[in-house]
Amino acid sequence: MSKPHGGRLINRLVKKESSDVAELPKLEINTDLSEDVLNISNGVFSPLEGFLYGDDLESVVKEKRLADDTPWTIPILLDFDKQDIKDLKEGDAVLLTNKENGLLAQLNIDEIYTYDKKSLAQAIYRTEDTDHPGVANVYNMKQLLIGGKITLLDSKTRQFDNYNLSPRETRFLFKEKGWREIVAFQTRNPPHIGHEYVQKTALTFVDGILINPIIGKKKVGDFRDEVILSSYETLMKHYYLKERAVMSILRTSMKYAGPREAIHHAIMRKNFGCTHFIVGRDHAGVGNYYGPYDAHDIFSEFPDLGIIPVFFRSFSRCTKCDSVVNDKICPHDQKYHINFSGKKIRELLTNGEIPSEDMMRKEVAETILKFDKPFVE
Amino acid sequence: MTEEKEVKKYTTISIPTPLAEKIKKRIEGTGFNSLSSYVTYVLREVISGIEEESEEAFSKEDEEKVKDRLRALGYLD
Repeated sequence: MSKPHGGRLINRLVKKESSDVAELPKLEINTDLSEDVLNISNGVFSPLEGFLYGDDLESVVKEKRLADDTPWTIPILLDFDKQDIKDLKEGDAVLLTNKENGLLAQLNIDEIYTYDKKSLAQAIYRTEDTDHPGVANVYNMKQLLIGGKITLLDSKTRQFDNYNLSPRETRFLFKEKGWREIVAFQTRNPPHIGHEYVQKTALTFVDGILINPIIGKKKVGDFRDEVILSSYETLMKHYYLKERAVMSILRTSMKYAGPREAIHHAIMRKNFGCTHFIVGRDHAGVGNYYGPYDAHDIFSEFPDLGIIPVFFRSFSRCTKCDSVVNDKICPHDQKYHINFSGKKIRELLTNGEIPSEDMMRKEVAETILKFDKPFVE
Repeated sequence: MTEEKEVKKYTTISIPTPLAEKIKKRIEGTGFNSLSSYVTYVLREVISGIEEESEEAFSKEDEEKVKDRLRALGYLD
C-alpha cells in the first residue's frame, strides 16, 4: 500500500461543542470550497492541513511543489473579499459554513495575501482564455486569499455517503483484504467495454482495483451521479470478482487542468492507499488546450511522487482481432477499428436504445435505461 | 504573516563528498533535478515509514462501525 503523500495521513476532524465556537464570525463558502475543506480534514489532500499559504502557492505555481518540495500541482485556495467579514485580520479565526453539506469548520487565519489571477491561470491551465472553465473560475475568484489550518467540526450525511470512504477507511479495507498493490481508476461516466478493458488489464498485474468515480457538480448532458454508481454496481456484480474490485466515491470538482490535474488525481489516490493510477488519453483535459499525452509526460517530472502511473493510450475494438486492443498490441489498419464513442453511446441511450455489446454490456445499458432521466438537465 | 510562517524553510546538512558524488551519478536521468531534492525524498520516505508505524488506528468501536459499512457494501464478509 502507498504511504500517505508527505508521509502522514491528515486527520483534522475534531468534535467540538458548537457552543465552543459560537462567538466566532461566520463565513459562508460555496460547495466546491466546502468539499475542499472536507477533503483536507479527512486526509484526501494530505499533507495539506488547510488552505495554501502564499509561499506554498508561489511554489506550486512555479515548481509544481509545495514550499517544502512535496509534489503538489493544483492550488487549494480560499478566496474572499474584504466585505465578507469586516475587520478580518491575521491571527483571527472564523467559522466556515456551507448549507448544502452542513459544513462547520474552524479556520485559523494565519495569512491574508493577494495574488495575480492572470499568472495563476497561465501556470495552472497553460492559458488565459476565459473559455477554459478552470480559467473562468480563477477570474471569478475574489480578490484576497486566506492561508491557514482548518479543523472540521461537523458536516451532515448526504446521498451516496455509503460509498464515501475516507482514506483511513480505504486503507483499512485494503489491509483487511490483504491487498498490497492497488490500482485506482477515476471516472465520470458509466462504463463501456473500453473502460472495462483498461481496468481489467491493469488489475491483472495488481491485487485489487479501486473504482473511484468523481461525484459532484456536473454539466448539462452529463450522466447523473446515481446513474454512474448504479451502472458500476451492475458491471461489478456481473463481470468482476468480488474479491478483486471495490468502489468508493470522491467528492471534488473537476478543474480541467489536464497534466497538472493528472498529478493531483494521482496524489489523492495515493492517499487512499493505491499504488497505481490509471491515466488515459487527455486526462482531465477540455477542448484542445492540452496535447493528448501531456498528462502522461508530466509524470517524468515527479520521480518522488510515490504512486505508479499506468498509462493507456487509445483503445478500440478491432474487428480483425475480434477483441479490444490498443496501439501497442494490434497491427491492423484503422479501417478495422471501431472507437468507443461516448457521444454515440449517449445518443443511443437518449433514444432509449441499447448500444451493441461491442460497446457496452447489456446489463449496464439496461441499468441506465431504468432511469427516467439519466442525464443532467 | 504569523510567527510560524516566518521560520526559515531550508537548512544545510553536510554529507560526505564521495557519497554526494555517488548520489549525483545515481540521479542522472531520473527526473530528480538536484542532490538536495533526492536526499529530501529519501529522508522523507524514511521518516514517513516511522510515522506510519505510529499512526493511530481506529478504536475498537470505530473499527466495528467501519467493518459494518464495508460489509453492507459487500466488500468484507
